[in-house]
Amino acid sequence: MGDYYDKKDLADFANIGEFAPEQGSAFFDYYAKATGEGRLTAREKGLIALAVATTQNCPYCIDAWTNACLSLGVPREEMMEAVHVGAAMMAGITLAHATQMRKIVKKKEM
Amino acid sequence: MPAGAFEQRIGGPLTAAGIEVLQVNVGDRCNLSCRHCHVGAGPAGTRVMPRAILERCLAVLRASAIPAVDVTGGAPELHPDIRWFLRECAAPGRRVTVRSNFAVLLEEGCRDLPDLYADLRVELVTSLPSWDEEHTDRQRGAGVFRKVVTVMRQLNERGYGAPGSGLVLDVVHNPIGAYLPGCQAALERQYRESLGARQGVLFNRLRCITNMPIGRFLDFLRRTENRDEYLGTLEASFNPATLQSVMCRSMVSVGWDGTLYDCDFNQVLRLPIDHGAPASILAFDHERLRRRRITVGDHCFGCTAGPGSSCQGQAAAGR
Repeated sequence: MGDYYDKKDLADFANIGEFAPEQGSAFFDYYAKATGEGRLTAREKGLIALAVATTQNCPYCIDAWTNACLSLGVPREEMMEAVHVGAAMMAGITLAHATQMRKIVKKKEM
Repeated sequence: MPAGAFEQRIGGPLTAAGIEVLQVNVGDRCNLSCRHCHVGAGPAGTRVMPRAILERCLAVLRASAIPAVDVTGGAPELHPDIRWFLRECAAPGRRVTVRSNFAVLLEEGCRDLPDLYADLRVELVTSLPSWDEEHTDRQRGAGVFRKVVTVMRQLNERGYGAPGSGLVLDVVHNPIGAYLPGCQAALERQYRESLGARQGVLFNRLRCITNMPIGRFLDFLRRTENRDEYLGTLEASFNPATLQSVMCRSMVSVGWDGTLYDCDFNQVLRLPIDHGAPASILAFDHERLRRRRITVGDHCFGCTAGPGSSCQGQAAAGR
């Protein structure tokens, strides 16, 4: 087996319904609905998807959504701002979870 | 991508379905040297369509009742006979389109042309890769965005782009790099917000055109090691629905020397009309050309990727 992440595997995304086509088809319908234009524009959704992709460290999604943002004319500065939103959220989520730690420490320490 | 991949993918010959447009490429002289130009046009361009070929194009238009003529280059405005040619083209019921970079209309010797365009009711199509000045200038050269906007204002004052005027001003978007254009409707909204609200200029329609992997853009792809990935993306995005409306099926493209091509991309690649149909304006035969078999190559994936790409913009609904 080669590398865990192979760039060519991005093209295999269309085949993720293999072995479970019904669920795969349902997923693609949902994916298209969720990421297509609605009350939010395609551009806004593209930036959200890019931020999620980077916080989740998914190289396939980062590749796909960076290209999608480029195609929609999103400037690099806006893409980076979206990534910072994701980074700030991740930092905030980490620190918010420290609440549990602080509560336990305060309860247990003499 | 193996050679002949496009032909294999479409599974049979692609044939023309009539001739709605005669595209005339009057030469490769241009005041700009845009980084994506598939023609490779620029100030050093030396190809100029001879008057005899222009006259032959007019004879074909008159004899064949082709309803539209599409004048391109280079910058058509730099052709010495352009005013005469456009006046001769203009006829009741015939659409005359000029693909202009607009910046040329601020050059000495070209400033009379907006009035001529309006008088002849010429439809204008201009390239503006982005609503953003820095992005546009990155592709087309420093200061080009402001020049294009200045000329758009001049044309708006003459009625171009105004609802109900009938004077058409369309804008072409193409990606500023090795990726495909996004949704035409979404991009048009962005252009309208920015060009309308911030620059105060009007246009009729945005046309999204995919960068073809030929000419100067192919040089860029090779230099930046993007070629294989870009070609792979085009092929992976093949959409059979676009085959109904690709421009070659309804157009004949005339090269500066009178050679006939199925499109101006084939013109750059020196792939003249073939398969028994005449390949010169001097031997134009409407009957044989309107049903001709089209010469295809793997660059044709550029016109059939995703929602498709043609001189009119995206050709089909997305997959």
